[in-house]
Amino acid sequence: MIRYLLRRLLYAIPILLGVNLLTFCLFFMVNTPDDIARMHLGIKHVNHAAILNWEHSHGYDLPLFYNRHETHWQALTDTLFVHKSLSMFTLHFGLSDDGRDIAREIRQRAGPSLSIALPAFIIGLGTNISLALMLVWMRASLADRVGVIIAVALMSVSGLFYIIGGQFVIAHLWRWVPISGFVPGVDSWRFVLLPIAISVVAGIGNGMRWYRSIFLEEIGKDYVRTARAKGLDESRILFRHVLKNGMIPILTGAVTVLPLLFMGSLLTESFFGIPGLGSYVVDAIQSQDFAVVRAMVFIGSALYLIGLWLTDIAYGWVDPRVRLS
Amino acid sequence: MLRLFFLVLMLLLTGCHQSVWNDPYPAAESGSNTLYLAFQERPKHLDPAIAYSTDAYEIIGQIVEPPLQYDYLKRPYTLIPLTLRNMPDIQYLDATGKPLVNNAPVAAIAQSIYTLHLTPGIFYQPHPAFARNRFGQYTYWPLTTSAWRQLNRWQDFTHHGTQELTAADYVYAIKRLASPQTNCPILGIMSDNIVGMKQLAAKLAHDHPHPGNDEFIDLDHYTLSGVRQIDRYTLQIRLYGKYPQFSYWLAMPFFAPIPRAVDAFYHQPGMSAHNFTLDWHPVGTGPYQLTLMNPNWRMVLSRNPNFHHERYPNTGSTDDAAKGLLRDAGKPLPFIDNIVFSLEKETIPYWNKFLQGYYDYSAISTDNFNQAIATGIKGNPHVTPALRNQGITLSTSTLPVVSYIAFNMHDSTVGGNSIRARRLRQAISIAVNYEEFITIFLNGRGIPAQSPIPPGIFGYDDTPADIDPVTYHLVDGHIERRPITDARRLLAEAGYPNGRDSQTGAPLVLYYDNTFTGPNAKAYVDWMVSQLARLNIQLISRSSDFNRFEDKIRHGTTQIFVDGWNADYPDPENFLALFYGPNSKLSSGGENDANYHNPAYDALFEQMKNMDNTPQRFAIIQQMVKILQQDAPWMFGYFPRQYVLRQAWIGPTKPMPIANNTIKYIHLNPALREQERTRWNRPVVWPLAAIAGILPLAGLSMWRIKRRRDERTAS
Repeated sequence: MIRYLLRRLLYAIPILLGVNLLTFCLFFMVNTPDDIARMHLGIKHVNHAAILNWEHSHGYDLPLFYNRHETHWQALTDTLFVHKSLSMFTLHFGLSDDGRDIAREIRQRAGPSLSIALPAFIIGLGTNISLALMLVWMRASLADRVGVIIAVALMSVSGLFYIIGGQFVIAHLWRWVPISGFVPGVDSWRFVLLPIAISVVAGIGNGMRWYRSIFLEEIGKDYVRTARAKGLDESRILFRHVLKNGMIPILTGAVTVLPLLFMGSLLTESFFGIPGLGSYVVDAIQSQDFAVVRAMVFIGSALYLIGLWLTDIAYGWVDPRVRLS
Repeated sequence: MLRLFFLVLMLLLTGCHQSVWNDPYPAAESGSNTLYLAFQERPKHLDPAIAYSTDAYEIIGQIVEPPLQYDYLKRPYTLIPLTLRNMPDIQYLDATGKPLVNNAPVAAIAQSIYTLHLTPGIFYQPHPAFARNRFGQYTYWPLTTSAWRQLNRWQDFTHHGTQELTAADYVYAIKRLASPQTNCPILGIMSDNIVGMKQLAAKLAHDHPHPGNDEFIDLDHYTLSGVRQIDRYTLQIRLYGKYPQFSYWLAMPFFAPIPRAVDAFYHQPGMSAHNFTLDWHPVGTGPYQLTLMNPNWRMVLSRNPNFHHERYPNTGSTDDAAKGLLRDAGKPLPFIDNIVFSLEKETIPYWNKFLQGYYDYSAISTDNFNQAIATGIKGNPHVTPALRNQGITLSTSTLPVVSYIAFNMHDSTVGGNSIRARRLRQAISIAVNYEEFITIFLNGRGIPAQSPIPPGIFGYDDTPADIDPVTYHLVDGHIERRPITDARRLLAEAGYPNGRDSQTGAPLVLYYDNTFTGPNAKAYVDWMVSQLARLNIQLISRSSDFNRFEDKIRHGTTQIFVDGWNADYPDPENFLALFYGPNSKLSSGGENDANYHNPAYDALFEQMKNMDNTPQRFAIIQQMVKILQQDAPWMFGYFPRQYVLRQAWIGPTKPMPIANNTIKYIHLNPALREQERTRWNRPVVWPLAAIAGILPLAGLSMWRIKRRRDERTAS
């Protein structure tokens, strides 16, 4: 298993390299170093000398991939791609183009993002599984059909509606919690309560329907019939046997997204004024801050690979029949 | 389970202080003399030598003090000393260095000398850069590796000091504008005007080709020939020729003082890696200091304990007195202890929190306009009854901004000085109905422009006699846009009768370059297309991102494009320079993005730009405006009007869009705010009771279903 995992780890290197290359190409296809300089200097009164100076002082005056003024390896290494993109592999993220330390910024923003994403994920998972089991337990009844209709209705509503509606009713009309904002520490619960509740509710439709279909598939299998023949009651079958066997696809989906929770949610954080990572990349793209974009894409793709890696481990853990080799 | 219940209950009780559950601020701030504002995007820079945006100026305008400022109450906008004892002494010299009289002809003036006399006794905010030990050495400069072990957060700098503001600080700050480490956006302009600036910039760039963020470039080792310290409180700035607008630059944060100690403090190894930079922790002598800097969440300004040198203005107009604006005359500034800027990216939560009393001011988005503003019989705006009942009041002002649509004068169809092209531009200018645009898209918040000079700026003339005769005419003494038939006539004169080329018969197709995005983008474009469709002109929108759009303007490949200009300073030169030939974007990279060139206009501009605001200058400006109206390189568009709502507990304030340091004049009544917030935010508890009732019922139903199923399975 360790050899397998190490092999997967090595596979990650060319993937990350490819992601890096793609990000670099996409970014510089849209933005030239001149554009980046203008974005940072502003558009008023800025002359060409100021742009050259900015590019020079921020290291954007190098050619993209090949430096014809250099010889040997330096023609390839003294380039924007190597200086700005490949340096990510040393995990040194450096400074953003507006001069802020990126690693420090990520550390500062990760906490607030996780304070919403993690509880919303755990509570959402528990709620969706419970509701799905309840529907399966009442399968083929009126309650099941109503439940499915409600789930489809919930799925059809835009996420933005939940946020605006939730803020309006809970925070504006009923005035139970602040509409938006954040404070660090214990008192943060007042600010994260509503976004967590909204995230959970917004995810119920999708999650409940998906888990219901998983459990329905399980409940038709032979081992369930055998359990019933042995005289086990329905709730015991569901919670002891169906749930356990249905956990494989659930875990696969859940573990993959687990590391990405750290990246936060753009919409939720924007509306609730949460100083998280959700808007960091989008803000960076808007302000053409390549230093932040490359770092966040690198971290995002690395986390995704870690998620897949953890899923592999989880497979073996949940289902002893699976052997990693 | 019971423990968990009590834990949750305890959390609820501690969190929901007083009778209000939705207060987004810490309980400790309750009743404090704090102003609550919001920001939508984090400011890019707070270093006064780099910052050049409204959102950044809202912060640093309260922290740093350039030599001059605008009189808060006087109109038209008037400069007054801020850290100076009096206005700068200006002396003109001829080419041989001999002094000239003040009214010497501009051509004779080779250099101008501005002498600035500082007020003694002004001190900087407490700051670690000024902290010294008992031997007189700086505590935090230079920092050793072992010292860094105790310094991780800004609060870890426990020692603070101060020092008196001196002329050397201004000299140092002006030199910083030339530093390659600073990347000052106005270096180009200042190099053209301050003697020796260009040479200093070249020398610094040569000596420090790749300055790192942590490298300290000691600017005291460099000479800037045009700027020198005369004594502790006096400095002189020498300019090329006559440049009266320089006084306005002296009121901008670019000219705020930076002591050498501060520069040295921030440029030490390890500083930028900890985000300890001047760009995020500005230092100044102003009424406030930045005590919390988290641009992703909250920025807090607190009263600078060392600020004692300014009082509320004693004089104002009778209108000011009637509005209560002279009630605080002579009182020491500032009135408010803290200013909290909270990140609020979306307008909906921002607006709802304003209605709950958690923000003291609010702008009005289009979505909330009808909820906030009603229009009176005479067309005057006022707040709706619901807001009036909350004591919310409205203040309006016209911004020193012009939003326009320009013709690229290098374009073969709409550009050039031929009669044909001019008639075409004039026809289009009549057809694009800005009155309609302002009504549809701005809820009436704009004034249709007759010229590029906004109200409040010298040269603006709103008398009926001075209307744009090409686009407007007088009907019963009222200014009205010319009818579309006039536009069709001009179009025919241009050789496009009914929108077709008279020679080829081909339909006239024009291209509209813009950067419209978002939900209103299509509506903007459709509206513009419909305006030209009235002339049977086919307009094709070429929307692009900001980079491509700017690129097209730089390379002169646009045809008709939308743009705007925000005044740097309240002088007509700042607006009329946008048409000055040598400023053409295409040929010189200047700000004349229409690439307009008219020798008669240029000659008048050169004459006008260095004049004082005299009737002669006004007459020249009128001539220039007449030329522009006839040549029509722009559709002049509109001047935006700013509507701001303020809560009942905020004292009277006067809109001052050109200045950025006006928070010091605001006062508020924290007791009234506390009382109103409590009254407006009592929680509605019946839904909680309903939920508490429904949950056990649901549980009971489930239990009954389970029992029934079990019984059915057993039987």
